[in-house]
Amino acid sequence: MNRLRRTYQFLGGSWPIAFAMMVIVIFVVVGVLAPVLAPQDPNAQDLVARLQPPLSPGHVLGTDVLGRDVLSRLIYGTRVSLVVGFTAVALAGVLGVVVGLVSGYFGGWVDSVFMRVVDAWLAFPFLLMAIAIVAILGPGLKNIVIALAITGWVVHARLVRGETLSLREREFVLSARGLGASRPAIMVQHILPNILAPILVVATLELGVVIVTEASLSFLGLGADASQSSWGQTLADGRAYITQAWWLVTLPGLAIFVVVLAVNVLGDGIRDALDPRLQSRRNADTPV
Amino acid sequence: MLRFIVQRLGQTVIVLFVVSLIVFSLVHLTPGDPVDAVFSGQNVTAQQKDEYRHQLGLDKSLPQQYLAFAGGAVRGDLGTSLRSGRPVWSMIATTLPATLELVLAALVIAIVIAVPVAIVSALRQGSVWDRTGSFAALFGISMPSFWLGMMLILVFSVSLHLFPASGRLSIDTGLSQLSGLLLLDSALQGNWQAFVSGLQHLALPALTLGAAIAATLTRILRSGLLEVKDQDYVEALWARGLSFWQVLRHMMRNALPATVIVMGVRIGVLLGGAIVVETVFSWPGMGRLIVDSIRSRDYPVVQGAVLAMAVVFVLFNLATDLLHGWLDPRVKHTKVSA
Repeated sequence: MNRLRRTYQFLGGSWPIAFAMMVIVIFVVVGVLAPVLAPQDPNAQDLVARLQPPLSPGHVLGTDVLGRDVLSRLIYGTRVSLVVGFTAVALAGVLGVVVGLVSGYFGGWVDSVFMRVVDAWLAFPFLLMAIAIVAILGPGLKNIVIALAITGWVVHARLVRGETLSLREREFVLSARGLGASRPAIMVQHILPNILAPILVVATLELGVVIVTEASLSFLGLGADASQSSWGQTLADGRAYITQAWWLVTLPGLAIFVVVLAVNVLGDGIRDALDPRLQSRRNADTPV
Repeated sequence: MLRFIVQRLGQTVIVLFVVSLIVFSLVHLTPGDPVDAVFSGQNVTAQQKDEYRHQLGLDKSLPQQYLAFAGGAVRGDLGTSLRSGRPVWSMIATTLPATLELVLAALVIAIVIAVPVAIVSALRQGSVWDRTGSFAALFGISMPSFWLGMMLILVFSVSLHLFPASGRLSIDTGLSQLSGLLLLDSALQGNWQAFVSGLQHLALPALTLGAAIAATLTRILRSGLLEVKDQDYVEALWARGLSFWQVLRHMMRNALPATVIVMGVRIGVLLGGAIVVETVFSWPGMGRLIVDSIRSRDYPVVQGAVLAMAVVFVLFNLATDLLHGWLDPRVKHTKVSA
């Protein structure tokens, strides 16, 4: 509770972090209310009104090459980015936490096997592996989520394993064991609550990585299909018209940038709030 | 040191083995038959497909196919492209230098930007310079590289016409390739027209990729310097009247090992970023080769190119670990954990 209160106080006391939280909440609300907020159907084509610049009548942020309303596509794109981001991080987190807890708590050969798998996983560049998995599974949002979860779990597993290792010989764990608590109960009820804070930090920072990776995959043509209007997809569509229509590449990228910046500011903030030792070096690197 | 190097090489061999297994599984986990994909839309009999399958060795058992693949890879034979019929190895040989040139240039740019910024930020902690530098670094890590690339194209190519937006070299320079690293080749041949053209083409992609790395490097190096800044030995050096540069040299020596380790892991991000940046700038490197061959379902090329990228990454990691061992003498005296 003490930690939570400290986090709350810290977040409330720092305007960049409060601002970042506000930005994230706005994006979430926009994503949830997309059908209400979007002025038009994001896929409705109007070939007469192609490549209209921003502030054109009826199209605040202009139109793309098929005459689709850019604002509506961006609003629906928020949904795609956030759904993919939160789902992939949640899946990767659950997988990583399970592996990390088991690996750290049991130690021995179980730990050795899991950690060798983690090493091999880390021997692949993150995006290259995501691309390779999407190449196997085929494009589409569901497959992107799977690819991002499969590539991302190792970050959580390494962290949780390390934290578990440092906790498993502590008095409260030993006394729970002495009182006859089962291994799963010790891991879930005693160790997990004590490592939630660092998991939260890594999950927040991973959210930024995942959103950019989804956009990158969509940009490379391996992501969402054309009807799903993801930010990366909209940007890739606009690439061919970069000389005529700056807004098609500028605006979706700006949306990605703002949301990822907010997520990173928040992640840094939570980390600093939870670990007073880090407050003197607030801009340390994101956990790898 | 020798013992450390041998242990580290042993680990690298194991990692390469696992990497080759993963890459091999890529093709064999793929739904659908690659041979069907090659002949899709063509009037080909089942017998012709079987012959082709036999020719590619796809009719053998999986362990036999893996042994053939791994054995071939060790000898440099990665099969032939299903589309162009060219050996995969030669396709990699023509594209890998382009990627290496881009990555190396990006690294140089990143170091040139990040080191001074990190030093000023750390030594003047909390100042306007520190806040500006830290905020710029946060901007850098939050900015998708493909977007930054396109913004640079919009400003420097479309509006100002200062740099070309795509390719590696103007076609009229008459440069013959030696190493495939165009800047090196043109300098060796004294072809300065090609050198300038290569530099102009390299500028925007390298800056795009370098900016992301600079941001990460700044954050890591700054935090490393902050850790050592207030230690007793630094105080003692100042007290003994050493110059700023002498003290800085001692501080860097202690902050660098951790920086090198983290950057080693980050090389993966750099190589991954290269795939995207190459697509933005139509840079004829490995990233584009992989993306194009995935689109055309040319699996031998995907398999070979992904393997080559992973090997480059593993070797980069090996190099940073050895560099770390050299920078931090404590490392080579402790047993390397597997």
